[in-house]
Amino acid sequence: MALIELRGLTKVFQMGENEVHALAGVSLDIEKGEMLAIMGPSGSGKSTLMSIIGCLDVPTSGSYRLDGQTVEKLKDSQLAQVRNRKIGFVFQQFNLLSRTSALENVLLPLGYSGLGGRASREKALKALEMVGLAERVKHHPAELSGGQQQRVAIARALVNEPAILIADEPTGALDSKTGEEIMGLFQRLHRDFGQTVIIVTHDPFVARHTRRIVRLSDGLITSDTPNPNPIAAGTPRPELEM
Amino acid sequence: MLLTQNILTALRSLMANKLRSGLTILGIVIGVAAVVALMAIGSGATSDITSQIQSAGTNLLSIQAGRMQRPQAGGAPPSFSALTYKDYQALQAALTDVAGIAPVYQANSTVVFETDSYNVSVTGTSEDYLKVYSYEMERGRFFTAEDRQNNKQVAVLGATTAGELFPNTEAVGQIVKINDVRFTVIGVLKAKGSSGFSDPDDIVLIPIETGYLKLFGANAIRNGQKTVNAIAVSAVSAEAVDSVTAQINFIMRRQHKIEPGAESDFRVQSQSDMLETLSTVTTTLTTFLGAIAAISLLVGGIGIMNITLVSVSERTREIGLRKAVGARKDHILLQFLVETMTLSLLGGVIGILLGIGIAQTVSALGLINSLVTMSSILLAFTFSLGIGLFFGLYPAYRAANLHPMEALRSE
Repeated sequence: MALIELRGLTKVFQMGENEVHALAGVSLDIEKGEMLAIMGPSGSGKSTLMSIIGCLDVPTSGSYRLDGQTVEKLKDSQLAQVRNRKIGFVFQQFNLLSRTSALENVLLPLGYSGLGGRASREKALKALEMVGLAERVKHHPAELSGGQQQRVAIARALVNEPAILIADEPTGALDSKTGEEIMGLFQRLHRDFGQTVIIVTHDPFVARHTRRIVRLSDGLITSDTPNPNPIAAGTPRPELEM
Repeated sequence: MLLTQNILTALRSLMANKLRSGLTILGIVIGVAAVVALMAIGSGATSDITSQIQSAGTNLLSIQAGRMQRPQAGGAPPSFSALTYKDYQALQAALTDVAGIAPVYQANSTVVFETDSYNVSVTGTSEDYLKVYSYEMERGRFFTAEDRQNNKQVAVLGATTAGELFPNTEAVGQIVKINDVRFTVIGVLKAKGSSGFSDPDDIVLIPIETGYLKLFGANAIRNGQKTVNAIAVSAVSAEAVDSVTAQINFIMRRQHKIEPGAESDFRVQSQSDMLETLSTVTTTLTTFLGAIAAISLLVGGIGIMNITLVSVSERTREIGLRKAVGARKDHILLQFLVETMTLSLLGGVIGILLGIGIAQTVSALGLINSLVTMSSILLAFTFSLGIGLFFGLYPAYRAANLHPMEALRSE
């Protein structure tokens, strides 16, 4: 049984008079420990797919099983709990709380799972160490570089040991060198800890850092191909694809 | 755990916008301060009046003229009912269980000593006045029944009056002119102490018979009868008050020839009646003042709601992020409620301190007595907490119901 099983997912948005079919029937299996990219131009439905996989939204029809649990019928509060326990998000804009330290940012998900005290502090420190920020725990986001901020965000996503790490254009706000460092971090988490990683991107170069590339267009999967030789992090971007 | 975290988060976000937070709570501060200060002044006034009434004398009953009589059926003109000196004499002759009966006729007069003149209320009364109104002599003596019978031109001064007219000399034995009539000062009363509204020590007492003969003139006479403003009766004990009241009613109705079943043309008020009437008035006043102040609390609450709505829309992404990492609706709801309640509580506490300050300043300046009561503080505190809760609910509800994905995408 796959970690993620999507069957015939559709998502319809009502835009005034018109219905917009953001997803028109998507079926997809993702195994535990995979690292894959979901690719597509804007409007392809990749963000909608990401928000459904990430339990930020529910499908209009179709079924979604995550780690054996049927998700599409869950209530709001149960979805929140699934997001808290099983999913780690990394966003393009980092979305750190600006008035709190790196450590407190990482502690945030633990607060919502009702964990407190020393145990949660140790977990958060461990997560920050994992992303190489052990020396920066007291710093506020404004005192950190873009790459460091994204590392804090990754530590925050990892702190509850989620089943899936979902990264939405994680390098979009970074320069190419820092972007490569972040991609390297994802690859290391995947390789060393068997972390399931889903990268959502429009950038083919970023997508080729993963082992499987799912392409989406007009709400449908157009291709799903393995990428047996992913680009190693730190490889300069080919001129043509700039 | 989550609650303390919420409070910390709230404080932090409030501290980050100090000016805005300060302006937001200003409405609550002013409202709460107004409630506390006005209620303190109201309570102060109430206790002033109460103590004044109680210091007037024990077991005191006051008889006053009643309303105008209704026009007679035959079209006869309404006659104004008045208390007369004869009523006093009738009561004096017949009442039992009384410690003293004092007729009171007051006239504002000018008292002159040498070149100084002083305006004061001159009261014609009997020697029972001392006992009935619980005065004591400071120096000299009070006039006697004999002085009254002989129409002696003698006067007893209150402590304030004596101080004003005789700042450096001994009052007793001096001759003063009251409306050009010579009176000898025979005594000075011990000060009772002013309790705010009127000064019980600013009086001149003379034998009432002398007053009618020499001072009050035609004003005091109506329909050929010498009138009095009031007759004060002191019952021997608190238990006797009711029976004395009944006796007064009986005697006065017979005096005034009132048919059985007809309304009396006089009123008998006991101290507890007066207290009751006055406390109704002051309670109404206090409630009214409090209600006006509460309106500004309401305005303050709307201010909090307004700012919280702005804050919710500013922090939409933060809310989306919190939801993405697992915050439930109730977490977000609580977060914003704690924020508004922290604001309103902070405003409440500052307002209470400010209100106490205002009340005490007003007292210290001698403008009017104030009494900060625990109940007014509790009321203001609860009210401000309630305002934070009530006006925080809608913005917090809006925040809690944001769609996580849309919230994350907002700019």
